[in-house]
Amino acid sequence: MTAARRHRAAGPLFVAPFLTLFLLLFLAPLGYAAYLSLFQNRLIGGNVFVGLDNYTQALRDPQLLHGVGRVALFFVIQVPLMLLLALLFALALDSGLLRLARVIRLGIFVPYAVPSVVAALMWGYLYGPDFGPFAQLSRDLGLPAPDFLSDGWMLGSLANIVTWEFVGYNMIILYAALRTIPQELYEAAAMDGAGAWRIAWSVKLPALRPALLLTLLFSVIGSFQLFNEPNLLMKIAPDVISSSYTANLYAYSLAFTGQQVNYAATVSFLLGLVIVIASYAVLLTANRRRTP
Amino acid sequence: MTTTTPTATALPEATAPGPTPRRARRRARRSTPLTIAMLAALAYFLLPLFWLLIASTKSTQDLFNSFGLWFSHAPQLLTNIKETFTQDDGVFVHWLLNTVLYAVVSAVGAALLAAAGGYGFAKFRFRGDRFAFNLVLGAVMVPTTALAIPTYLLFAKAGLVNTPWAIILPSLVNPFGLYLMRIYAADAVPDSLLEAARIDGAGEARIFFRIALRLLGPGLVTVLLFTLVATWNNYFLPLIMLNDPDLYPITVGLASWAAQAQNGGAGASSDMLALVVTGSLLSIVPLVVAFLMLQRYWQSGLAAGGVKQ
Repeated sequence: MTAARRHRAAGPLFVAPFLTLFLLLFLAPLGYAAYLSLFQNRLIGGNVFVGLDNYTQALRDPQLLHGVGRVALFFVIQVPLMLLLALLFALALDSGLLRLARVIRLGIFVPYAVPSVVAALMWGYLYGPDFGPFAQLSRDLGLPAPDFLSDGWMLGSLANIVTWEFVGYNMIILYAALRTIPQELYEAAAMDGAGAWRIAWSVKLPALRPALLLTLLFSVIGSFQLFNEPNLLMKIAPDVISSSYTANLYAYSLAFTGQQVNYAATVSFLLGLVIVIASYAVLLTANRRRTP
Repeated sequence: MTTTTPTATALPEATAPGPTPRRARRRARRSTPLTIAMLAALAYFLLPLFWLLIASTKSTQDLFNSFGLWFSHAPQLLTNIKETFTQDDGVFVHWLLNTVLYAVVSAVGAALLAAAGGYGFAKFRFRGDRFAFNLVLGAVMVPTTALAIPTYLLFAKAGLVNTPWAIILPSLVNPFGLYLMRIYAADAVPDSLLEAARIDGAGEARIFFRIALRLLGPGLVTVLLFTLVATWNNYFLPLIMLNDPDLYPITVGLASWAAQAQNGGAGASSDMLALVVTGSLLSIVPLVVAFLMLQRYWQSGLAAGGVKQ
């Protein structure tokens, strides 16, 4: 066998381990969910093929629709806020105007290394009416304690936890992108008489486009599958967070509390579809704006 | 939010591995108002961790009876740590070790699989390569939790539920990691070097392990670290896959203690609350230390990874 032919045969061997696992652990579950979603397990008759019945049921299921609506609302409010903060922090760090820049950068990033379970537990206790410092302070001042775990506050309280966890991560991505902008661009802009704000707007922001798009995409995927934080706050506020508070909580409780495996598979599959569509919508909008 | 995917940023042209040269700064002038504003932001991000540190020194009773953001008159951090480690015959130690096992095996496996795959797609042409790569790329947007329930159902049939494999196997497949490594390999591994090695008679496997893997270093560390964090922090998958407390990772274990503390109310079993708090503190120390110590690696990996559009 010549070196060239051996070379050609090697490519598939390098990708084979990944692709095999990808097939077994990614495509197979996806296919299995699609398959399960076409059946129903009935008391009489056992496993019956029902076509798209599960989907028509899901699309009219108020619990699922509310769950999806809630995460969509969460996405619309929390993600822009989180990315705006990450962007402002990254620009501040990159401006060279900060003292203690290194300490600030690492300190803001640290929450990313905290498991979301621990983050939700901590904030849950901080929010709490019994020994949360906010409640303690308001009691000392003779004010009514803010009820962060009430129905009206809950979505905002969840948004705060997620923002706390991920601002630093997004900031680091944007900051790393800013560091790669060639110095000549700044010099050229300064020669044209551009100030710091003008440079941020006209040089830095356009250069950040791909990185911003990436953070946005991951945020779409993250928000729509919101699970850990509400699942943990549910334990301290069971009256506010129902088992269908988010779409993912609903799928979980269908599968493991309700034993409705087929319907849970349908909901999982639909949720995945919603996320893929939302991601492509983000990509398309971004690309259309770039090429008018 | 459950997504923790390794990621990278845009480079005009992806550079060879290694730290990007720091730009010379024109302005040496510092801004005090901006620094103060950023310190205020920093205070927000450190507040819960500060609270956790203080709370870990308190008995459950003191948690209720003393101000949350300062020490009580009788700090007992060591007592709390000892109780955390000995509660339920030392189950917390099991959780820590399980977490390390799941996270390290998943991270090393995922990084190597992504590196080999990325290298294969970047440096070889073969039938169906474009189709296979696009299939993987499309999967980047499929949320992992949408896969978790069907994966559970399949694993239940295969008898894999309630074993360490149930956590490790799904964590090995990281489509974004493969994408990152392909881009990284295309620039970091020069074709001429591969040709030279082939002419010298080196086999393909030897070339990969001896030459390419070394050049892929920073990209590899980035995928490794971020898979490590994702697996360390994973909650949904182990929650559905495991029901034996001895197999729990720390996240599921802490959540189960938190539920007990909640149900115990203010009664006799409410000592659990101090354990949940101390356990939370203990669980974040290793990752925070790892990130601070390895910051040169993940920061240069993020900068040099490069996503082209």
